[in-house]
Amino acid sequence: MCAAFHRARKRPSPGDLVADLLLSGGRFLTSAEVSDDHRAAFHRGGREGDSFYRDRWSHDKVVPSTHGVNCTGSCRWNVYVKDGIITWETQDVDYPSTGPDRPEYEPRGCPRGASFSWYTYSPLRVRYPYARGVLVEMYREARRVHDDPVAAWRSVVDDPLKRRAYQRARGKGGLVRVSWDEAVEMVAAAHVHTIKHHGPDRIAGFSPIPAMSMVSHAVGSRFMALIGAPMLSFYDWYADLPPASPQVFGDQTDVPESADWWDAAYLMLWGSNVPVTRTPDAHFMTEARYRGQKVVVCSPDYSDATKFADEWLAPHPGTDAALAIAMGHVVLREFFVDAATPSFADYARRFTDLPFLVALEERDGGWAPGKFLTAADLGETGPGAEWKTVLLDDRGRPVTPNGSLGFRWADEPGRWNLDLDGVTPTLSLHPGSHESVEVLLPRFDAPDGSGAAVVRGVPVRRVAGRTVTTVHDLLLAQYGVARPGLPGRWPAGYDDEDEPGTPAWAQRLTGVPADRIARIAREFADTAIRSGGRCMIVMGAGTNHWFHSDLVYRSFLTLLLLTGCQGRNGGGWAHYVGQEKVRPLTGWSTLAGALDWHRPPRQMIGTAYWYTHTDQWRYDRLTAGALTWPGSKGRLADRTVADCLSQSARLGWMPSYPTFDRNPLDLVDEAEAAGADPVEHVVAGVRSGEVGFACEDPDAPGNWPRVLTVWRANLLGSSAKGNEYFLRHLLGADGNPRAAETPAHERPRAVRWRQDAPEGKLDLLLALDFRMTSTTLFADVTLPAATWYEKHDLSSTDMHPFVHSFNAAVDPPWQARTDFDAFHAIAAKLSELAVTHLGVRRDLVATAMQHDTPGETAQPGGVVRDWRDGECDPVPGRTFPVLTVVERDYTAIAAKLAALGPLVDELGVTAKGWTARVAPEVAWLAESNGVVASGPAAGRPSLDTDRKAADAVLALSGTTNGRVADEGFRWLEERVGKPLRPLVEHDRAHRVTFADTRSRPASVVTSPEWSGDESGGRRYSPFTINVERFKPWHTLTGRQHFFLDHDWVAEIGEQLPVYRPPLDLHRLFGEPRLGPNGPEVTVRYLTPHSKWSIHSEYQDNPIMQTLSRGGPAFWVSPADAAAIGVSDNDWVEAVNRNGVVVGRAIVSHRMPTGTVFLYHAQERTVNVPKSETTGKRGGIHNSLTRLQIKPTHLIGGYAQLSFALNYYGPTGNQRDEVTVLRRRGQEVRY
Amino acid sequence: MRVMAQLAMVMNLDKCIGCHTCSVTCKQTWTNRDGVEYAWFNNVETKPGQGYPRRYEDQERWRGGWELRRGKLVPAAGGRLRRLANLFANPEMPALEDYYEPWTYDYRTLTDAPLGDDTPVARPVSAITGEPTSVRWGPNWEDSLGGAPEHARADPMVQRLGQEIRLEFEQSFMFYLPRICEHCLNPSCVASCPSGAMYKRSEDGIVLVDQDRCRGWRMCVSGCPYKKVYFNHRTGKAEKCTFCYPRLEVGLPTVCAETCVGRLRYIGVLLYDADRVGEAASEPDEQRLYQAQLGVFLDPHDPEVVRAAERAGVPHDWITAAQRSPVHSLITRYRVALPLHPEYRTMPMVWYIPPLSPVVDALAGTGFDGEEAGNLFGAIDALRIPLDYLAGMFTAGDPEPVRLALRRLAAMRSHMRAVNLGETPDPAASTGVGMDVGSLEAMYRLLAVAKYEDRY
Repeated sequence: MCAAFHRARKRPSPGDLVADLLLSGGRFLTSAEVSDDHRAAFHRGGREGDSFYRDRWSHDKVVPSTHGVNCTGSCRWNVYVKDGIITWETQDVDYPSTGPDRPEYEPRGCPRGASFSWYTYSPLRVRYPYARGVLVEMYREARRVHDDPVAAWRSVVDDPLKRRAYQRARGKGGLVRVSWDEAVEMVAAAHVHTIKHHGPDRIAGFSPIPAMSMVSHAVGSRFMALIGAPMLSFYDWYADLPPASPQVFGDQTDVPESADWWDAAYLMLWGSNVPVTRTPDAHFMTEARYRGQKVVVCSPDYSDATKFADEWLAPHPGTDAALAIAMGHVVLREFFVDAATPSFADYARRFTDLPFLVALEERDGGWAPGKFLTAADLGETGPGAEWKTVLLDDRGRPVTPNGSLGFRWADEPGRWNLDLDGVTPTLSLHPGSHESVEVLLPRFDAPDGSGAAVVRGVPVRRVAGRTVTTVHDLLLAQYGVARPGLPGRWPAGYDDEDEPGTPAWAQRLTGVPADRIARIAREFADTAIRSGGRCMIVMGAGTNHWFHSDLVYRSFLTLLLLTGCQGRNGGGWAHYVGQEKVRPLTGWSTLAGALDWHRPPRQMIGTAYWYTHTDQWRYDRLTAGALTWPGSKGRLADRTVADCLSQSARLGWMPSYPTFDRNPLDLVDEAEAAGADPVEHVVAGVRSGEVGFACEDPDAPGNWPRVLTVWRANLLGSSAKGNEYFLRHLLGADGNPRAAETPAHERPRAVRWRQDAPEGKLDLLLALDFRMTSTTLFADVTLPAATWYEKHDLSSTDMHPFVHSFNAAVDPPWQARTDFDAFHAIAAKLSELAVTHLGVRRDLVATAMQHDTPGETAQPGGVVRDWRDGECDPVPGRTFPVLTVVERDYTAIAAKLAALGPLVDELGVTAKGWTARVAPEVAWLAESNGVVASGPAAGRPSLDTDRKAADAVLALSGTTNGRVADEGFRWLEERVGKPLRPLVEHDRAHRVTFADTRSRPASVVTSPEWSGDESGGRRYSPFTINVERFKPWHTLTGRQHFFLDHDWVAEIGEQLPVYRPPLDLHRLFGEPRLGPNGPEVTVRYLTPHSKWSIHSEYQDNPIMQTLSRGGPAFWVSPADAAAIGVSDNDWVEAVNRNGVVVGRAIVSHRMPTGTVFLYHAQERTVNVPKSETTGKRGGIHNSLTRLQIKPTHLIGGYAQLSFALNYYGPTGNQRDEVTVLRRRGQEVRY
Repeated sequence: MRVMAQLAMVMNLDKCIGCHTCSVTCKQTWTNRDGVEYAWFNNVETKPGQGYPRRYEDQERWRGGWELRRGKLVPAAGGRLRRLANLFANPEMPALEDYYEPWTYDYRTLTDAPLGDDTPVARPVSAITGEPTSVRWGPNWEDSLGGAPEHARADPMVQRLGQEIRLEFEQSFMFYLPRICEHCLNPSCVASCPSGAMYKRSEDGIVLVDQDRCRGWRMCVSGCPYKKVYFNHRTGKAEKCTFCYPRLEVGLPTVCAETCVGRLRYIGVLLYDADRVGEAASEPDEQRLYQAQLGVFLDPHDPEVVRAAERAGVPHDWITAAQRSPVHSLITRYRVALPLHPEYRTMPMVWYIPPLSPVVDALAGTGFDGEEAGNLFGAIDALRIPLDYLAGMFTAGDPEPVRLALRRLAAMRSHMRAVNLGETPDPAASTGVGMDVGSLEAMYRLLAVAKYEDRY
């Protein structure tokens, strides 16, 4: 193309434009011609008719921005503005280069983002503050009586009839416009009333995914932290957290940028439909194929990704672990046992727990895997001995190698590393060991998922009086890889379909032919050898959203770790579910937690919060006992999930809010009145039973959450698993759960059952949004938010290594305000009302024992000791939650919100266990942002605008400030005893400011916030620092874990990866069996991510609706459609114990028989008719789901199995669901 | 020789992820306004499928494009007389149901609904009548095989192949076909226009409707075999893809190309001999039309061509652009790009690289190692996407050019795999497809690395 073409790429100046127009215009002025055959006429001149399109293309300015929608895109868009009106958007193409020999990131985007500008002036836009008319009338009436807003609010919510009246009206229209002043006053009054009368932990904030707009998230989160309200986790709640990551890596999630797919020689897309869910990144896959990359797709349907697959494996939904275990079986058999692969064995010895010793325990006359052998078992008594794991060297001598957790927190700097100091660990005791025993190992492959045991032999030794074997030997036994001379039952060969582990066994469960399983496994391992570990598995929600996703993922990771692919460019896991990567992590977490003013903030596991407060626990008949196996000791028998939750809370494993059965402000006052230390006072009170845990009586009105604020989210139209329970119990609105409550004999023992389930716990649901969603429909007050083209903010993602910005192309129209301004307005009013009602109070904050702090070494061996059962004393921080008294000046909330507090001067900033002092950054911010002149924050750097807050986030983070990265590495070097600072030596002066992110996406630098080396423009791949610099993983052994030895993990038979089928809802909840039954068919119900929306965003957009089917639709296989007489586009109704969904059918042979898809987050707001079953509006996708909590996700206080926000906690999985589908009347009513 | 310059596009279907970003950015920029709600200058179709508008490829029905009558090229819709006779009731005019009835929703209800007994909902409303409607068809109804068991049998290409195409889970195949105006060398829309309002720009070959001269006869709509001219029911005039000339004129690629996140679109200049177009379009053998069109293109490196181009007033930078044109490389040098339905005889100028995947899957069933270059070639005849289906679209049914294009893509993969793994490439991979290693690697760079500067 012309040279002008390329010049113009950098936004032409007006001068260039004119010149080009003149040049090209000149070419029009030639004479006319007709072709000889009169077939064609070439007209000249007279082009005035073309001016329409030229006019349309003209615009006044182009402003870069992005979308904050948790899509992982973080794409840079150019927003076009003409006459002060946003017209449309196209992608920016100006990304820093990936290098001369690989594809670039340009142009990032997708059709959804391309349709965003529609929202700006759409009839869906929230233009003014709205409130429920019924409530507004009551409040105004009360204000006529009470001059004080708090008293007025109280008079409404304390009146049971009034309260019930406006709660019943939720979701039924009747919104009225109110002024900002009045809305803010109501909201502030509700907060003050709740803090005063119920406690700050009865308030909560829900705003997910900080990376998708860090400042908008941080400002509200900071507000919550300052007042003492918990922020609810989201990554686990969304089921996007892969619990296998903390279990195996001791890390939340750390994955390669998409440009690193290019480096892979073998790419498996496993439950990840890349063209649909990673639209801007998919090209790296299509292009890498031309570089000889082989692409294998594992998907139960012919997904969009399958179009690119060299091979398509279509396992039955939810059986992926069986497939992966059989592949692991082949790799272990052919590349470890039959022939050793030096590179694999070397990797396993250095970087995994495979060589570590596990003591076996006697069980019913046989043996079962027990705990890791530790230095304490060898008789050592030094610091951390119980946390130092042991292996055998090649001469069979026990060795305590560096790098385990005992070296991390013990006062022994310089030994927390993976240097084996010349020791060659023994992977297997076979054949050197002459002794072997039979161990009991779990299997759950019966169709109903019930536990059974297999007996297989492992070679053993006696060490320190214990019978031990290695993790590697146990894994071979678990995976059914026979070796000569070992007792027990073993598969006869690959074609033995009865013994767990073989390809034939996997074929029986998954439907994938055994020979293909073996061939792919072989190719995978062979490519790993030939490419030096460049095999990658892109894994996604299709495999991660299951109840047993941790096992599915552990079986995938087993494949990657056995073949030495993790910690390599082009290799390893690539989990992309949720935009969880806040690259400037340290600065964001400091601001969002208000850690510059108070520590610790309250942070809550979202899933448990909703499970408890939406009363889903009252309907849950799943017991922990149902998950156990014959090798269990019975510790979990007959425990309901609610029982497990309460134990987790009282042992300090997981946070629990509201925490105690009274106001935590009052608890401190009580202690002071009694002249006691507040912490001791509470521990004594709990021990005597005088103080109770709220989670043990969640339905008591005093223990309800009262105020909930939702921003940057659509809880009720998207993520609320068990949607109907939310509506009925939390909101007191119309909800249609169809399940019966748990019968008396199956109810929790440790949780009080109140006869009547509460309906309507919340006094106030506040939503901030720019469009009408289910959440705003049900909210009591909705504040009009600025869109992503109307504010300044920051964005980052897993998928690319840049930080860039949102920018205001126009000011927020109508009465919209940024989240930043809205929270500041609320904070100001709250501070004002607090003068009368709150003043300075002291708050008793209970928190869980935290990962990446010494708290993770609270409970050695993962042995459960419950003070309530007299097994130990309640000791805060060891066997009981950590208790901290925090002083809060409620009149200073607004001042603190708008300034960087002094705690960072004193304590620095911390992430993942390292700390950096930030005096230079504080000084820079003071100079750059200015300081506060007077008041409670006098002299502190100002954070009173979104841009200043953004600069604080960037200044206080290692990825965007090389000095902070260097400080962090310096801190780590002391612990690790290996050089790490060279990683950042060329980037120490690297500094990204907000202005930089406006002009172009800014590259980040290597930082201890993450685990990949990005120096010299290298593509980001996680754990390369661990592999190349011998820095340990944040786990018990310091290595990547196959084996987990916590008591509860052993109880449910998951010490090693094992296959468990999807939950059998027939067995557990009495749902019908799968298959046709008269005019109905029972099918698996899956809710994958949609091509036409990002969660609920865009699904209401007419462009997206036009390109899809115009409303909610079920994808149905031809056979299932035929069974119920359904043609394409017929209306159908899906009904199960949780609710009802109405939609159209899309009949396609792309779907496997027995499974339907209803794409995630198709809202009740657009084209949803009344249901035939209920006569009410059909529900959303989550009307058919309900929370199921896996008890092992509640473990805490034990190495990598410890709480951190969005790091470990129960997931809100939703894949194991079934529904009845039937054709309904085709005349629908709205 | 009369040298003319033509802007052309190549789309690599092997990379298309079917995301429709192109459709949306185009729609937002050009047609999100009254009267053209239903018009998609750029649309994307799932194949197999009927396409948009429905069954547009069925020229028995629509009579678009050209026909040879007694060796003479005439519009398939008939001569001037027949067209005049049908001015007021054109039997070949697609009706709204062949496109779809555009709709929106009564969104205000969500905010304005009075207190009632149920959740408010925005129901669908026709964008034409403003009345409540029921959504029954759309511009992308068949996306990702949606409704295929019911609708894909009516795909004219499926009908042509009959039972060869199986619509069953295990045999599933699909690919996406993004379409814009073909900006043909021999445009039948231009020839159909009774008002002389349609024209092909002499400097770059872009086909446009002069909005001042258009009288709304709509003969262009039926005359175009690709159905890429739309009638604006508000202004009463025809509108179509403009190849984004207001952007091109200031040095920017088309919106659809620049925003294509699959990075599969290439724009470049081709020089052709305008004197040979009529003859090439009159090639009697449909299956030789592809070759005939190749024969019209001129070698921009040929000094004689360059001189003739300069004489014809083609600016120097356009000649340079033609020499560096990625489109020229893909079409004439590597021969991996093919025209869409050359049998319509319009000499279309948006060409396509056919989709290769998935290959090994089909091969694995036969027990061969799919990574082996020799086996890959064998596999092409066993593609999930039947070769004949592709040939029906790109070469009037002749499988050979499609086979060659796919074999070259396969050879490139095989060669680069060896390079990638640090192993010695088998020279047979390139020579077997008539290419040398240098061209294979240059093609790889253009298709895989595909830098912005190389795509446009």
